[in-house]
Amino acid sequence: MATIAPPRTPTVFKRPQSTTGFWSWITTVDHKKIAILYGYTAFSFFIIGGVEALLLRIQLAGPDGTFLTAAQYNGLFTTHAVTMIFLFVMPMASAFFNYLLPLMLGARDVAFPRMNAVSYWIFLFGGIFIYSSIIFGTNPAPVGGNLPGGALDASPLGSIPGGGWFLYAPNSGPQFSPGTSIDYAVLGLQILGVASLISSVNFIVTIFNMRTKGMRLLRMPVFVWMTMIVAFLLLFSLPIIAIALFMLTTDRQFGTVFFEAASGGDPILWQNLFWLFGHPEVYVLILPAMGIVSEVLPVFSRKPLFGYPAIVFAGGAIAFLGFGVWAHHMLASDIPTVAQAAFGLSTMTIAIPTGIKIFNWIATIWGGRIRLTTPMLFSLGFVALFVIGGLSGVTHAVVPSDWQQTDTYYIVAHLHYVLFGGAIFGLFSGIYYWFPKLTGRMYNERLGQIHFGLMFFGMNLTFGPMHWLGLQGMVRRTWVYSADTGLGPWNLVVTIGSFVIATSILVFMFNWTWSKRKGEIAPNDPWDARTLEWTIPSPTPEYNFGVKPTVTVLDDFWHQKYDEDDEGRAVRRPEADELVDQLIEANGNPETEIRLPAPSYFPIIAGFGMMLLAYGIIYHTRPWGIPLIVIGILMLVSSLLGWGGEPVEEVHEDAGVDPTDPESDTEVVNPDPESAPPELVGVDDR
Amino acid sequence: MTDIAHDDLDEAAGEHDSHGHHESTGVDNRKLGMWFFLSSEFLFFGTLITNYLIFKGRDFGPGSIYPVEFYDIPFTSISSFVLLMSSLTMVLAHAALARGDQNQTRTWLAATAMLGLVFVSGQFFEFTEFVLEGLKLSSNPAASAFYLLTGFHGIHVVVGVVLLLSLWGKSVRQPEGLSPEQGLNVELVGLYWHFVDIIWIVIFVVVYLIQ
Repeated sequence: MATIAPPRTPTVFKRPQSTTGFWSWITTVDHKKIAILYGYTAFSFFIIGGVEALLLRIQLAGPDGTFLTAAQYNGLFTTHAVTMIFLFVMPMASAFFNYLLPLMLGARDVAFPRMNAVSYWIFLFGGIFIYSSIIFGTNPAPVGGNLPGGALDASPLGSIPGGGWFLYAPNSGPQFSPGTSIDYAVLGLQILGVASLISSVNFIVTIFNMRTKGMRLLRMPVFVWMTMIVAFLLLFSLPIIAIALFMLTTDRQFGTVFFEAASGGDPILWQNLFWLFGHPEVYVLILPAMGIVSEVLPVFSRKPLFGYPAIVFAGGAIAFLGFGVWAHHMLASDIPTVAQAAFGLSTMTIAIPTGIKIFNWIATIWGGRIRLTTPMLFSLGFVALFVIGGLSGVTHAVVPSDWQQTDTYYIVAHLHYVLFGGAIFGLFSGIYYWFPKLTGRMYNERLGQIHFGLMFFGMNLTFGPMHWLGLQGMVRRTWVYSADTGLGPWNLVVTIGSFVIATSILVFMFNWTWSKRKGEIAPNDPWDARTLEWTIPSPTPEYNFGVKPTVTVLDDFWHQKYDEDDEGRAVRRPEADELVDQLIEANGNPETEIRLPAPSYFPIIAGFGMMLLAYGIIYHTRPWGIPLIVIGILMLVSSLLGWGGEPVEEVHEDAGVDPTDPESDTEVVNPDPESAPPELVGVDDR
Repeated sequence: MTDIAHDDLDEAAGEHDSHGHHESTGVDNRKLGMWFFLSSEFLFFGTLITNYLIFKGRDFGPGSIYPVEFYDIPFTSISSFVLLMSSLTMVLAHAALARGDQNQTRTWLAATAMLGLVFVSGQFFEFTEFVLEGLKLSSNPAASAFYLLTGFHGIHVVVGVVLLLSLWGKSVRQPEGLSPEQGLNVELVGLYWHFVDIIWIVIFVVVYLIQ
């Protein structure tokens, strides 16, 4: 039920009015709705990327596989990586940032709500753009190409981009990848980069400027700190990859030869530029999970986080060092010996701040009254698996050892232990932990634990044997191996493991859909938590906090509930339960007028224009290419101008507005007394 | 940019409990956002300049040509001077607005945009000359890197001119001139404009003067 007053300023479109249903999602600028959009979109891409992985594993299950062609295999491992990195882990982390940042900081929304929506739509259209290569892309074999069959693989799977997520030039250049498929990856990554850049500026300003009273920097939850660090990593690394992608685009579209060695170009330059971005990027993937784990472990150990400032500064140190280690991805390239030694050393130093974090987490659990709930299990799984992945990572820092491991499955094992065992376990931990906050219901604990068990087992079954497959010399990115290599049995195990993971995801999806509708109603403060988002009703009201919170210490909410006894142990205050109920009651029933950011059509138009622009660049030689570019730019510019002319905020009034009141210049949209969400009244008071 | 403008425009207008509540750092959201955006832009141009330095002296085989051979230093010095002067007029526009002198604000905004346009026209002329003399985008990586670097700077100037002109348009349309809230927009565009100028100083010195 909502009542919206017509705005004073006339705009091209009617002002968006829906607060429920399809159009409310299209026009929303509410950080929570945007988070949910991010979450579902990212999870859909996770399913797509997962199916791609299963197809790859079917092909590799036995020697001399014939399930996929070489071109299809190339495309699938490329899009698997691009999808999991850019379309799942990053946007899923962004879903958490969006949902939690304002709640953890005690704010009404992020600093720039509409830019937030723009980020989402650009991301969505970027993802669709990359996958549209299945329909529009072409992938002819290069002249003199060495793929068996040589000719064009015109099947849909054969026309997805296949240069690896790193798009190494000149392999991704016009000579070796003559079709348009690679263009979809190159320009798609550029689009996704724009989305990430916008949201990183937004998140940084939110964290610096939107903190509630008393929320000093060193009182912010670790998750907020990790978000800030991720945003800075993106802010400083994205422009580098943007230039590299522009150079590749001009190589492919406008005849330059930046990366063609034969014409004086520099293939190593691509590697340097790519990994200058690519290595900070891997911390972009892992730090959000580290933030989630740092929130979950103390809650379920019923202890404060051990060494809070050390964990925060270690996160900063990881990010800082992360800009100085990129060449360890290219130790097998032609780079000077001194540089190899230097980058080997700098890589090893990363283990120090990472180790600090691990020990702090262990010390957090130590002596705690541990509750082995699903989020806790996933967080513990994160710590264990990340240690394994981290240790194999240190072995790559030893240069001669790395020469043996480069481009083998040992690397694949390492990166999946840190990204699957690390990032994805952390994200699932967060999904279960904040499920009651999001839905107001509890997930099914038994199913959650089955999910964890299957995934933990399947994960080790899949990626564990890859270590020794790699050490036996099995090379990456190759679609067949012969029977006499003896690699068959372990590959079969790996394939079985991947299907165990897939099963565990099905369990999760069932748990999610079932619990969202039928789960038990979540109690107030279900986890006995420490952070501000648990002081408000679940699911979160549209206006977040009815009463603006004030913070006096780190983990303020927890300190309100707990006292120390003489031995320094936490003792729950007798009045704690009552206090929690009062807080949530007060936050659910605001007494003052609250203004919310007004919804807008323009973010989605801007995102769509961006996609048209990219199509125009790919097909700029066709007659309709230039018009597409012009239309795309016009859509972008006009939506930017358009949102300048619309009202920014709308008022939430607790008392509600009587729709029959002749005084109020309002109309009722979608009256629905059942769900009774907060009343929205649009005003233009300027 | 416009989005940012409005978020805080509204916030400055009233004391209500807004989503954009008080700024914890005391710096306006939009201004803070602009600073962080510009910090990212430094990396953008840093990469482009490095890229040019990597390729500028490479051997591209017999008969290879280099951007250096085509530079017209006196001409570029003048256009650089024009761009530098636009920073001065930008400051004057900002100062005039701070005094509440709407007429001068209007004038100096227009002057800044015009100087920016003169610079871009100069660059257009320069590119045309270079291409006619044989230095094309695809001649060799050094030429490509030169065009990519100076071209992206030119695009930044054009964006700045568009922003300046939209501010100028607003100040002409509104009889009372720019409101104090829109004044922050002048400051933001100013930040961006000075950044673009500073980058040009680096480009002019590193690319044109140090050969």
